[in-house]
Amino acid sequence: MAQDVESGGQTLLEVRGLRASVEGLEILKGVDLTVKTGEVHAIMGPNGSGKSTLANVIAGKPEYQVTSGQVLYQGADLLSMQPEIRARLGIFLAFQYPVELPGVRAWQFLKAAVDAQREHAGEEEISARAFDRMLKEKVELVEIDPELVKRAVNEGFSGGEKKRNEILQMAVLQPKLAILDETDSGLDIDALRIVADGVNKLRNSSNAIVLVTHYQRILNYITPDQVHVLIDGRIVRSGGPELAHELEERGYDWIKEAVDAGV
Amino acid sequence: MTQTSVKLETYRTGFDALLQETEATDPQWLTDLRREAWSRFNKLGFPTARRGNEKWKYTSVRPLAAANFDSPLVINPPENINTADLRRVAPWNDAWTNLVFLDGHFAGYLSNPQNGAGQIMVTNLADAIASGNPDVQRQLAKHANTDDDGFTALNTAFLRDGAFINVPAGHIAATPVHLIFATTGQFEHAASYPRTLLLAGANSRVTVLESYVSLAQAPYFTNAVTEIVLEDGAQVEHYRLLLESADAFHVGTSRVHQSKDSTISSASFAKGAAMARQDVQIILDAPGASCSLNGLYMTTGEQHIDNLINIDHAKPYTKSRLFYKGILDGKSKAVFGGTVLVRKDAQKTDAQQTDKNLLLSRQAEVDSKPSLLIYADDVQCAHGATAGHLDKDTLFYMQSRGLDRESASRILIHAFASQIIDTVELEPLRDYLDDLFLAAIPTASLEFGSR
Ligand SMILES: Nc1ncnc2c1ncn2[C@@H]1O[C@H](COP(=O)(O)OP(=O)(O)OP(=O)(O)O)[C@@H](O)[C@H]1O
Ligand SMILES: [Mg+2]
Repeated sequence: MAQDVESGGQTLLEVRGLRASVEGLEILKGVDLTVKTGEVHAIMGPNGSGKSTLANVIAGKPEYQVTSGQVLYQGADLLSMQPEIRARLGIFLAFQYPVELPGVRAWQFLKAAVDAQREHAGEEEISARAFDRMLKEKVELVEIDPELVKRAVNEGFSGGEKKRNEILQMAVLQPKLAILDETDSGLDIDALRIVADGVNKLRNSSNAIVLVTHYQRILNYITPDQVHVLIDGRIVRSGGPELAHELEERGYDWIKEAVDAGV
Repeated sequence: MTQTSVKLETYRTGFDALLQETEATDPQWLTDLRREAWSRFNKLGFPTARRGNEKWKYTSVRPLAAANFDSPLVINPPENINTADLRRVAPWNDAWTNLVFLDGHFAGYLSNPQNGAGQIMVTNLADAIASGNPDVQRQLAKHANTDDDGFTALNTAFLRDGAFINVPAGHIAATPVHLIFATTGQFEHAASYPRTLLLAGANSRVTVLESYVSLAQAPYFTNAVTEIVLEDGAQVEHYRLLLESADAFHVGTSRVHQSKDSTISSASFAKGAAMARQDVQIILDAPGASCSLNGLYMTTGEQHIDNLINIDHAKPYTKSRLFYKGILDGKSKAVFGGTVLVRKDAQKTDAQQTDKNLLLSRQAEVDSKPSLLIYADDVQCAHGATAGHLDKDTLFYMQSRGLDRESASRILIHAFASQIIDTVELEPLRDYLDDLFLAAIPTASLEFGSR
């Protein structure tokens, strides 16, 4: 595909024939996906088609069993790694439903996360001052209320605040591969722009972003290199940004029919 | 002879010996009190979990009764203990007023009692009794009822020493008072009966900390009774630390009587003892009286802890807040019981009662049954009890940010405990407890559940 040649990035993530089930039920039925550095991929698809499952399998959620296939991250076997190792190596999942951590202050949690990452890289703990400075910068970057980082993580946060907090975490952790699972859902227009701006500022030629979304509108702000349609556990179609527009206009039925007809 | 009466024999022998030694020197009222308490205990014996005995439904004292603990008669406590020993097992602060008791006996050489004119009086109870202090005679055993409580009766029968704190009306005691009751392990199988009487005069203010600690890893029995009396407008900040040996038995009874507009804020921290029972009763006996009780218990192995807290809203416009949390590992068990009683004319009562438990293993067990008994109609009362495991999804969320299971669970457990520890106003104590509980968080083989 033209985009691939243009981006000229290195392969960051390679998903090959991935099948995964949860509680004995097969959700992913053979997924192939290659993501290179510098790229933005969008994954769209109807509710329950397996988008979050794919994101969770990449992040390492334990209750999903991979029954066959492979996932390579920077050429290494991702599936054999603990979730925290994946995170420390630069994989970040912005959760569709961010979890509340009762009593755990957001800044403390972030500091622990940063230190875990640094320790893994053989670096020293970040000093309290350096961390404060960095956090302040990121808080401004993602235009989040500075009071939120003093509160317990996601506890009592509004839906939109939770989503923004995910982006703040991403900004602090500076992942190589960020998977945003419906981070745009539940955001008002301004918040959507802010989140998109934040993501764009964090984009560079050495990282990559996978956006799971139901809406074309976020793609107006963050232009994807590729759009994939996931239906019933398979990527049934991939294309450029125009595919998202088409889906917005026509829904999924025409693709399902086309797939069933073998087109 | 029945099984129980055989066991009481040790106590009877001990009591006879005690009487023989004290009768000549003790004031008559004390001897009378002792005898009466002994006959009560003799009648009641140790409580059993028989039907209808709600207060002891989930806690068996059979191992305690069977162990035949004995009270050492010596008056002079061991003299080879120093503050460095105490620092290892209790929060110690040179700036506080410290009274140290070793195996139930006052260790003057480790203590700095206070007794200035018009000032707070902090002394050992035996001295206060010997000097004929009228307040002691008037108040001692007036609040800790022996009628249906064998342990209080036993403590009263064997009462030797303890602390007496008298805060005169209007006095603001700036220096915290720390009572340390330590078991040394120098007497085998020892029982001790610490007794504390705290009188907070009208509009006075005081901070008191009771620590029950051990210098040895040994089985022993601490049976403590504390009576606290708050006159109008008195403000008491009260802490209770249960840091007994893992082989110890501890029964602690606290009785609080509150007058108009008085406030007690109390926090209880429990980590030690094989079997512990903390029985607290507060009577809010005049309008404007309020109490706030926080608690944290952390158990592991086969520990058993039982908190029984009864709050009696006897008069209108009284307020109570109760917030306890438990962290249970291993095969340990926690019992949380007690009643908020709102009497008929206690209108406008405002009461809240919460007990939350975090179970770190599948075998840990909680029986949390707080209850409300309301006879007034214009009141605001709420209560709740929860028990749950660390949540799997929460753990995954934290892992996905780079934290391993162990650090993630530590952070979660610490945050859970902090909610109680952070209520401690006394900063050095708060820091001490934070370190203590953080260090005690189990690290391995935690089990998780789903919401
Ligand atoms: N832990 C789980 N236990 C049981 N079923 C699950 C679990 N996780 C996912 N599923 C099922 O797998 C299917 C795919 O779910 P998934 O969350 O991946 O869908 P999705 O494409 O992200 O949908 P949405 O657009 O609604 O977010 C659904 O039928 C869902 O019910
Ligand atoms: Mg989803």
